[in-house]
Amino acid sequence: MTDLLLIFFGAIFINNFVLARFLGICPFLGVSKKLETAVGMGLAVTFVMTMASAITFGVNKLLLRFNLGYLDTITFILVIAVLVQFVEMILRKYSPGLYQALGIYLPLITTNCAVLGVALINIDPSAGYNFIQATVNGFAGGVGFTLAIILFAGLRERLEFAPLPKAMEGFPIALILAGLVSIAFLGFSGFRLQALLGL
Amino acid sequence: MNTVIAAVLLLTGLGVLFGIGLAVASRKLAVETDPRVDEIERLLPGANCGACGYPGCRGLAEAIVEGSAPVNACPVSTDCAPIAEVMGVEALACERQVAKVRCIGGKKEAKERFAYVGSKDCFAAHQLAGGPKACEYGCLGLGSCVEACPFSAISINENGLAVVDEEKCTGCGQCVSACPRDLIALLPAGDPVTVYCRNTEKGGVVRKICRTGCIGCGICVKQCDQGAITLENNLAVIDPEKCNRCGRCIAKCPVKVIHGTVDEKLTAAAVSGGK
Repeated sequence: MTDLLLIFFGAIFINNFVLARFLGICPFLGVSKKLETAVGMGLAVTFVMTMASAITFGVNKLLLRFNLGYLDTITFILVIAVLVQFVEMILRKYSPGLYQALGIYLPLITTNCAVLGVALINIDPSAGYNFIQATVNGFAGGVGFTLAIILFAGLRERLEFAPLPKAMEGFPIALILAGLVSIAFLGFSGFRLQALLGL
Repeated sequence: MNTVIAAVLLLTGLGVLFGIGLAVASRKLAVETDPRVDEIERLLPGANCGACGYPGCRGLAEAIVEGSAPVNACPVSTDCAPIAEVMGVEALACERQVAKVRCIGGKKEAKERFAYVGSKDCFAAHQLAGGPKACEYGCLGLGSCVEACPFSAISINENGLAVVDEEKCTGCGQCVSACPRDLIALLPAGDPVTVYCRNTEKGGVVRKICRTGCIGCGICVKQCDQGAITLENNLAVIDPEKCNRCGRCIAKCPVKVIHGTVDEKLTAAAVSGGK
């Protein structure tokens, strides 16, 4: 249980996929103009990251059995693409409400490198995660992504009204802001989680 | 050699497996949609402007098929007859509507209270002590509507007023909600006779701050024999449905705040009638 807690908080704060590992920057910058859409994107990513972590863990076991560990990246891309398609179909059939809410963000996740990143980190022998740990890592990674994108969208919404030099308006200031938020998250890297959680 | 064969076989196998899985799933999980939805979506403009209040053109198409929206619910589309045909109902009136900015008191005509140097946003200016204009109802000319317009139909003229290009305007109504002073309204296309002022102050107050503000004198109300003009809160309002465009109110207005395209025949008749 302790290790799961450590993985969970570690993936959200210390090794945040966007702000510490710099994965999934594309949707982070592209879909963070409005808080509402940022929440939708975050939820969709969390969902797919959790599913992808669980399934790629099994697929990796299959690869290792045939001594084909070096094919992990390309196989995971295949798995994630299929998974996103499949999830989209299921949602459309059984939960039209959620399907409408997630809208175009669902298919966009196929190319989110945070999803591929979590799958590859999970099978890293030095981490040595088991199935449950890998799934928790995927879920926490998604939560971390959601947290980052929501924080960022809130900042960008306020930035709309800031009196900026013309050259800095829009995307340039968003890049600088992303850097600043990332530096702020660096502050978490010194945390000793064990002590913090009283373990 | 064995590894190569194993790699090719495994990836091909996985690919085929996933392919078949998805093919089966798409059959099993297929969602039946009404073909009329696709047909109506094709007939709609496809700009997804949201003026109808539904999420995009597809949303409106679904609502029309469902029956929860009328066939002419799209304010942008000029012709709703084809949609009515798809639905098998009588076409309702599908008149084109365009936006109009109802203020003509620009820099030349209206006084300013202070020099505003804040952000170029009408809402921000409006919240700052009611804006730099002496008239708290007039166009601030900072261009919030220009930004809101998805069709680039609005511009700020050299007199500091927002003007709508009737040709480009699709009547989507985005600018209506973008104006903090509620100056923009959707009116029938073709430059209808309109009072270009929204100031509800008493005449004396208006006169002091703007040369072209409605002073609520009521002369136009007396001139109109169609009963199209009424005085509400010291402000003349013209009902475009009753107006026959005779143009007498335009001629008699002491502050020249009424404008519009006039029917020439009616004007001539009015003059020869000795009124």
